[in-house]
Amino acid sequence: MTGAPVYRIDDLRFAYAQTPVLNGISTAIHVGNFVALVGPNGAGKSTFLKILAGLNRRYAGTVEFDGTSLSKVALRDLARRVAFVPQETHVVFPFTVNQMVLMGRAPHQSASLFDSGIDIERAEEAMRLTDTLDLGKKAFTELSGGERQRVVLASALAQDPEVLLLDEPTVYLDLKHQIHFYDIVERLNVEHRMTIVSVTHDVNLAARYARRMIAMRAGQFVADGLPESVLTTENLYEIFEVSVAVFKRTDGRGSYIIPA
Amino acid sequence: MRRFIAVVGPCVLLFAAVLLIAPLIGDRGLSLRGILSGASTERDILVLVRLPRILFGAFVGGALAVAGVLFQALLRNSLATPFTLGISSGSSLGAVIAIWLGLDVAFLGFPVILFAFAGALLTVALVFFIARSSGGLPTFTLLLAGVTLNFIFGALVLFFHYSSNFAQSYLMTTWMMGSLNVVGYTPWVRAVPIVLLAIVFVIVMSPKLNLLAAGEDWASTRGVNVHRLKTFSYFIGSVLTGAVTAFSGPIGFVGLVVPHSLRMIAGPDHRILVPGSFFLGAAFLVLCDTAARTILSPTEIPVGVITALLGGPFFIALLKRKPGELW
Repeated sequence: MTGAPVYRIDDLRFAYAQTPVLNGISTAIHVGNFVALVGPNGAGKSTFLKILAGLNRRYAGTVEFDGTSLSKVALRDLARRVAFVPQETHVVFPFTVNQMVLMGRAPHQSASLFDSGIDIERAEEAMRLTDTLDLGKKAFTELSGGERQRVVLASALAQDPEVLLLDEPTVYLDLKHQIHFYDIVERLNVEHRMTIVSVTHDVNLAARYARRMIAMRAGQFVADGLPESVLTTENLYEIFEVSVAVFKRTDGRGSYIIPA
Repeated sequence: MRRFIAVVGPCVLLFAAVLLIAPLIGDRGLSLRGILSGASTERDILVLVRLPRILFGAFVGGALAVAGVLFQALLRNSLATPFTLGISSGSSLGAVIAIWLGLDVAFLGFPVILFAFAGALLTVALVFFIARSSGGLPTFTLLLAGVTLNFIFGALVLFFHYSSNFAQSYLMTTWMMGSLNVVGYTPWVRAVPIVLLAIVFVIVMSPKLNLLAAGEDWASTRGVNVHRLKTFSYFIGSVLTGAVTAFSGPIGFVGLVVPHSLRMIAGPDHRILVPGSFFLGAAFLVLCDTAARTILSPTEIPVGVITALLGGPFFIALLKRKPGELW
């Protein structure tokens, strides 16, 4: 189901003030895949994702985006193809939801001061997909956590991206909004063939939605494959240093874990 | 687009109205016939005394309001002002040193302006080099560097003030209170092209300022070179503030109250906020200065006193409106 590599990573290393965070990662991420990155705090998941998003350019090693070295891709060109959703978006000024979503059009806009008809059309489409149309005139600062995260996703979709990078996007959401959020992301992956890379602490949620799971520990990949193959008692002990019980779902849709 | 006209339009109208009416107000009434009758005292008062002062006031007010918008976006803090990063104390130090050295003590002339501008530039450069780190221009470090320099230069101003004679001390105080009392069009008119060019740059940058105001990662992942934008904003805002302050002295409150009020009424979209603040700031300062020179006529009140007295209560009234009414 997956196509050509969109990211090709070879011996990627990164240190933060002498402390190594990524210790030689090599992999490829293919078009149309849905990848979940799991692992303990400090494993380097977010750092890895931020490098893919172009937010962190001080790495060593090779990261290629669509065949070109990522360090040579202009931020604006990258932003037309890759969108990023952080854990939390804290905005000081009371931008409306419409304004926040329309900001996603920025990489496609020329020097013009105003939004074009196409910009507004794309923003509305993104808001329809994320069920945020009726929030349009509200101030972003006044929304609930679940609404905010949907609006941030809408803004990311307004970028018309091929790749969506999610950094623990549901960590502050309740169960309903977690599932709602990932349902939208799954639809984008299936219907629009969008490549998804999501960092998450919720192993069960990751197992339910992702089709490839990468487990990280101490700046390295320790397991990589189908979620069911990664989620074994032995793997999880090695990754998280806790004993868990792994159960197969009766409907055949992967596995889930609970503390042993 | 419709929103742009709905907000900026009234600002321009207010600006035009103030510019038309303010020259007619003063301790000496002007008649249309007197002005139009060729060479006359009334005409001289209008062309050589009132108009320069009003145009200068509009220029200073507009520039400070735009600088305020810019620094608020850069620092992502709606309470930032053009003087938050130390420019006022830097130019005050320059002016105070010029007066202390006895350069052009008779009235606050060109050497004082030059020294004040040099002081502002020195502050801008110092803050920039302190705040610049390997990771770019972190907002927090920028703020800390600016506030610290503000204290140091403030202390130096006090020192020079203390060690000067009464005549000098009076001049220093007058300068630091800020004034729009110019006669004629030189030399301040030379700063006009620089400031107008800076404002055009800010208008061009305004869509990116929206992204920056929403967050640095937010802007980066939408294609903005954040480091370059921040550096550019910092220097443009500093040029605006420094160029104007060298001539007028530090006039507070305009850079805070005008952008903040407009943001509360029209929202934080910088494409509207920047041009709107320019016209509103210009109108506001001319209005304040008209009050400053007429209320206790023939004595003048420092215009900074009026900006605070007029702007303060208005600002509080805006703050007390219910959130739903704000935009």
